[in-house]
Parts: sequence; structure tokens; C-alpha cells
Amino acid sequence: MDKFAQLLDDLYFTNSNLAKEIILTNYLRATPDPDRGWALSAIAGTLSFDLFKRNVIKSLMMERMDPFLFDMSRDYVGEMSETVALAWPQSADPVRLNRLPDLHEVIAEFQSRDKAGIRDYLILLLDNMTPSQRWALLKLGTRGLRIGMSARSVKLTLAKMKKVDIDVIESIWHGLTPPYLDLFAWIDGEAELPDLSDKVTFSPVMLAHPIDEDKDLARISPATHIAEWKWDGIRVQISSNGTETKIFSRKGEDISGSFPDLVSSVNFNGIMDGELLVKPGGELGSFNDLQQRLNKKKPTKALMEKLPAHIIAYDILEVDGHNLRQETLSERREKLGAALSENPQTRIDISETLPFKTIDDLHNLREKAAQTGGLIEGLMIKNTSSAYVSGRPKHAWYKWKRDPFLLDAVLMYARRGTGKRSSYYSDYTFGLWSEDGDLLPIGKAYFGFTDEELKEIDKWVRNHKLQRFGPVQEVEKGLVFEVAFDSAQESKRHKSGYALRFPRIHRIRWDKPASEADKLSSLKVLVGT
Amino acid sequence: MAFREQTWESYISNASPEKWMQVRPEGLYCAPADIYIDPHQPVGRAIITHGHADHARSGHGEVFATPETLAIMRTRYYLKDETAETGLAYGKRFDLGHGVTLWFASAGHILGSAQAVLEYDGSRVVAAGDYKRHPDPSCAPFEVVPCDVFITEATFALPVFQHPPLEIEVEKLMRSLKTLPHRTHIVGVYALGKCQRVMKTLRLAGYDAPFYLHGALKKLTELYESYGQDFGEWIMVSDIPRADKHVFQGKIVLCPPAQINDRWSRRFEDPLPTVASGWMQIRARARQKRAEMALVVSDHADWGDLIRTCEETGAENIWITHGRVEALEYALKQRGIKAKALNMIGRDESVE
Repeated sequence: MDKFAQLLDDLYFTNSNLAKEIILTNYLRATPDPDRGWALSAIAGTLSFDLFKRNVIKSLMMERMDPFLFDMSRDYVGEMSETVALAWPQSADPVRLNRLPDLHEVIAEFQSRDKAGIRDYLILLLDNMTPSQRWALLKLGTRGLRIGMSARSVKLTLAKMKKVDIDVIESIWHGLTPPYLDLFAWIDGEAELPDLSDKVTFSPVMLAHPIDEDKDLARISPATHIAEWKWDGIRVQISSNGTETKIFSRKGEDISGSFPDLVSSVNFNGIMDGELLVKPGGELGSFNDLQQRLNKKKPTKALMEKLPAHIIAYDILEVDGHNLRQETLSERREKLGAALSENPQTRIDISETLPFKTIDDLHNLREKAAQTGGLIEGLMIKNTSSAYVSGRPKHAWYKWKRDPFLLDAVLMYARRGTGKRSSYYSDYTFGLWSEDGDLLPIGKAYFGFTDEELKEIDKWVRNHKLQRFGPVQEVEKGLVFEVAFDSAQESKRHKSGYALRFPRIHRIRWDKPASEADKLSSLKVLVGT
Repeated sequence: MAFREQTWESYISNASPEKWMQVRPEGLYCAPADIYIDPHQPVGRAIITHGHADHARSGHGEVFATPETLAIMRTRYYLKDETAETGLAYGKRFDLGHGVTLWFASAGHILGSAQAVLEYDGSRVVAAGDYKRHPDPSCAPFEVVPCDVFITEATFALPVFQHPPLEIEVEKLMRSLKTLPHRTHIVGVYALGKCQRVMKTLRLAGYDAPFYLHGALKKLTELYESYGQDFGEWIMVSDIPRADKHVFQGKIVLCPPAQINDRWSRRFEDPLPTVASGWMQIRARARQKRAEMALVVSDHADWGDLIRTCEETGAENIWITHGRVEALEYALKQRGIKAKALNMIGRDESVE
């Protein structure tokens, strides 16, 4: 348990992803089974049970500490676990342990005890721990770990340890369970890759290249390619073995829990690839609508009725145990159509192909996409003879996004970046003028500029400082950014009333006076609302 | 010495310190002697408990402090030619006139830091300034002075502040130097006190490479040395050619906290920003400073020590100057000790 606490501390305070991977690798190599598997599970967020409930901690504190002082402390620290970790009042006559139990012993002990026993064991551990060990225990026990390491970078770490592609890890990940003894036996070279054929697992997806208009358009013809809308939802994989169904994100994250309405509706045996959207009022909704579902780990019935999940399917990888990946796209689309008509799905439609004869037709279609207020991001153009290959094979699938929207916005706040950029003001908040002449923030961006430009902006920020709000530096309203973004949505959470999707700094308008930057009303026109 | 022969009970009397010690806009004021303690505006007569900028300021007519504090103030240009200085070593009594006697007791905060002990009309008030009880090899330890009124700070007055022994924190740094030998460990420290305490503790823990110092830390480190402190070899960062970045790898560079990830740090290869401060106990604070290593090094009393100290002085009344005043006042009252907040303004909590 002390090594685990040490690991969490090291990861928590390290900024660089690469350094985090090294720290985790060192831990996984030096720690025996099953501790390392439990640690991995805690960090990757795959633990399926709480060791104890939050209200047990709370009630323990209320017995031991003055409520007024506890509340003041928690308000100051900002959260309960850390407050308890720091302020834990030792028992009057604490039982001393010769050594802190190992992680797996802690987990087993908690699981074997009843309510009163859990309480006693928690007291025993907290009495024998340092503040950072207590923090690790409380976060582990209530599954509240937030140490800035994603499941993705955990998988990447494992892939590097075994010197395999991350796809390999992703394709087995969901078939494995903590404490991952089979996984580590394989990584250590002591066993074969575990057989997971009966499990619902993720298949690494096929990705598209952004089109190079000058070179790629000449390769495209209606005889060899199909065109489809590129919907602004999220890419998902629906994987079902007939009894169990899972929804995976593009990166292999299991998001089934957020979409029980979709999961329960699926009625086929196979793997489909498609775009996830929501359908408020029976019509396809914006990304903003979808986001309300994505943020909910356990959606309410009301939310699911308001924003029902929906899939636009465009590919099929497996059906009834047959692997279709090596077949051509034309053949796969036929089988996708057949599968959907054989077993009609209430929440899955097939992605329509868009008829075109000439490249000009494609230009027109793309123009049409731009008129949808962001609902359609552009076109997908796919070679009909292509096999389904994970990764980004060349000249198989193209994405042709409509041009981004552009606005001249004024820099309002800057804050310093992390890692190599930690000495530079590299994260920017910018705004547009309201009718009343106030500047209202519309978004943040931290890329789109060159290293040279970053240095110049950094210098400008330092010479035009106003107030400071913690790490956030307010600047004089004097620098204009041409901001590019894919779409804008109305948003109650932002003072300006809008949220931008994928904003980036397109150009720095050193020449433009701030007073001539765009007004909020021009954003309204652009998004057509 | 005379004051030691008297027991503190002999100072208990009915004369109320409330009458002769007052809170004025300029700061804590001793009326019969017409003198302020750590005033935050220029005044005629001032007692200065220690050299930190939020306690020692320039522009006073007459200054009473320990000789070390006077030296620090001189180094920081807080004293002018026309300022009248009176240096009082710990324990040395001085007649301020009108029946008020002043002497200093060590506060354990930084070099020269003192509690101001004022005696008048049979009662004794101790204004502790900033203080700590944890060991510090760079200054004299805190001395408990029995008194009627103890005036305390409350910088870290919450139960979450339980400062770990410094050795544990320094060990963290030593371990990181071993596991990440390619990285330059840039440690943000306040120039006065923290810097010297950290260096001294590292030496005691066996760190024997030279320290590399930011220019802002030089003068005060030299001043500490003039009082007999030995920090081993230290070199100014500015004395190393810009191209020789490798010199700093796996070494400790000390600089003011604001510099750990600001422009100055760009001269180092793969720097590891570290902050040494009592606030580092709170994770969010450390993250906010973008520190990759947080060393909990405080020069103030923690929660337990604040309460213990208030109790040990035997004071019937505790007055609280600055910090998390409300929590300490509450906790003392629960223990049956009379406590009140002085509602002082002008103390900067980010300066230690």
C-alpha cells in the first residue's frame, strides 16, 4: 500500500505524459502480482466496486472532529478526501501495525468484512498511515482517483512494455479483468496472449486521412468511391455477441454505461462502426446536445427520453462470428444493409451514400454541409475496394471537412502552459464585443500558432498585464486573434451564450485594433441561430 | 538574568493590557511607550519582530529589533541613514520610558526573528510575530515566555496543517535527484529564511554538491554566513556560461518561487519545478503553482503547535493577528482560553 501511495503521488505531481508512463512502467515492473494489477485497475478506472462508502468516512470524521473545524478545513482544502487525509485525528489508543498491508490485502480485507468491520478496518489503516497514504486509500476506496492519467495512456504504457502496437492492448483490454494476472504473464513473456474469443472486446478502428485537395481529388471517381455525410457526433463501435452489447469510443473506452437506451435496443451478433448522435424531438441533434449525454455516467430516464441515443452506421466488421474485415467496402456495406434489414434496429440507421457524378458535385455537397449549422461537418469519401484496416491506411478513406468558421476575437486572459511551455503564456481566452461594448469570452485555445509566434505573444502578454486571478493573467484588450472553429452552439454555461467547437488560433492580427474585432452578433450570423 | 528570576505569576495583576495595547490602523500599538509593533506604515517608533517584508518596512523614525533583524533590514534597504536603530540581543531588557520595558525572545521563524515582550504596570504582553516550533538549523529555537497576553499569528491555523518533519521532505528531494539525474531540480524558496533553512537541512542530510543560486538569494545568504552559518559551496547561476546547461543536471538550483517556471527557468535543460512552502500541503495549491514536486516546508507553527504554544504561555488572553483567525479563536475558546481576533490588516499570507 505504501508503494501504491508513492506511485499515485508521483503520477499526480508529474506533468509530462512521457514521465508518467516511465513512472508507471517502473512500478509495474518492480511490483509483484496481484498488487500491480489492482494498481493498474485503480488508475485505469476499471475497479467495479467501492471498498467503502463516502458517508462512512464522513461519519467517522464527525465523531472525531469538531464539525465547525471540519467544515472550515474542507472549505479551505476544497474536497473531502484530502481534508480527511490531512486532518485525520488519531484514535485515542491506536492499534499499531508492524507494516502496512499490501494493496491486494487491503482490497481482500475490505471485501470480506461486513459494515461494522469495514469501519474498524478503515480506522486501523487511517491510524497507521501518512497523509499521502491516507489520500491514496480514500481515493482508491471510493474510486475517486484523478491523477491526470487517462485509460489511453495506461494502455500505451502497457503497449510499450510489451513492445507491441497500442491496438493490440486495446483489442484485448475489455476482455480482461483486474487484477490482470493473464495480462502481466503475457507481458512478462511467460504466457500467450489470453484467449478472449467469447468476450465482447474492442476492435481498433479504421481512420480517414484529411483530403489533400490538390492531389487527392484527382484520384476520386464515382466508379471507385462513395461519398457520405460526416456527421458531427462521436465515432463509436457497437460490439455484441448476441447476449452482451458494448459501446466503445474511437479510442476503445467503454461508454456503454452512458447509453443504456442504445445498448438495450441492439439486437444482432457482430461489430458495427458508426457515428453516435442524439435525436431530440425525433430529429438529429447537435454535438452540444450529445455532450449532455456524454457527460453523464448514469443518465436519468428523463434525459434519455429528451435526448435518445442514435447511431448512423457505416461499416460492419463482424457478423455472426464471421470476420468481414478483409472484404471490400462494397461487400461490407451490402452485408451491413442485410444485417439491418434482417434484424431491424430501432436506433440504428445506415449511413446514406450521396450520389455524385463529378468532383464539382462533391464541392456542392460540401457546400451544403456548411449550411447545416455544424450538424454535418463535411464529407467522407471512401474507396469501395478498401478492406477494413485499423489505423490510417493511405488513400482508403478521406475526410473533407467544410472550411472552418473564422472570427476576429480579442485576447482577454492568458495562462501558462505545462511541461515545455510552463514558462510561456500559451493558453488564451478570447472574446467578442457585445452590443453594449463589453468584451465577452467565447472560447479558449492553446494551439494553432508557431513556436516563434508563441514567443511573441508571450512577450506581448508580459508587457500588457492587468489583474491576476490565481494562475490566470488578465491582459489589456489590445491583441486580436483570428480564431478558427468548426461550429458554435448556444450554451447557457458561457456568459457570451455560445460555446465554440474545436477553436484554434488561425492567425495573429498584430495589425488590427481591438475595437475592430468582431461582435457577438457576427457569431450569431455564422452559426445561423 | 533578572527577568528569569521572576515567576510569571508575579505578573498577573488587574492592570488590563487592553488599555495599554491597542490596534491602530498602522498596526499594534503600545500607548504608554508610543511605539508600534511591525507597523505597516511609517511611524515614529517601531519594534520589528523579523525581517520579512510584511513585518519590516522602511520609513520609521526609530527602530528596535534584534541585531540580526537590523542587519537584514539594512541589506534590504529598509533602514535609512537618519533612522535611529537600537539593537537588542535576545533577553536584553530595554527601558522604553514611561514604565514600559521591552525585550526580545527568539521566535524560531528565521534568523533574528523575535517575540517582542512588553512589560508595563505589572503585566506582560508577548507579541510573537511569526514563529514556529519545528527544529530549524538556521536560527535559534522558539522560547516559551509566560505572559498575560499572548499575541499570536494564525497563518496555518486549520487542523489540516500538520507539518511533517523537514527531513522527510528533504528526503523526497534527495530521492528524486537519484531517480531523475538528468533533470535540473529548481526549488522555489523565499530569499530570506526558507532558502537558508533548506540549504542547511540538505547539507545535514548529506547533499554535498554545490548549490546554484538565483541572484535574488545571494545577499541574504551571505548575511547568514556572516552570522556563522555554513552552507558549503554555492555558486551563482549567472556565473555559469549559458551554454553549459549540463552543469545543472541532477543538481539543486534555488530561486524565488515565482521563477521556477518563468522565463528565468528556460536556461535549464528539462527543469523539474519544485516549491518549498507550508502551503504545499494542499495539493491544489501545488498544482496551481505548476510544481512537479511539493516540499512541505513551513516556517510557521502548524495547527497543533499553535494551540500548544498558546497553552504553554499560560496566557489568560490570546489575541490573534493574521491568518485563519476564526478557526484558532474557536479552538482556543473550546479549551476555555479567552481568545479574540484583532482584525489586523496588511499581512500578506503568500510571504513566509
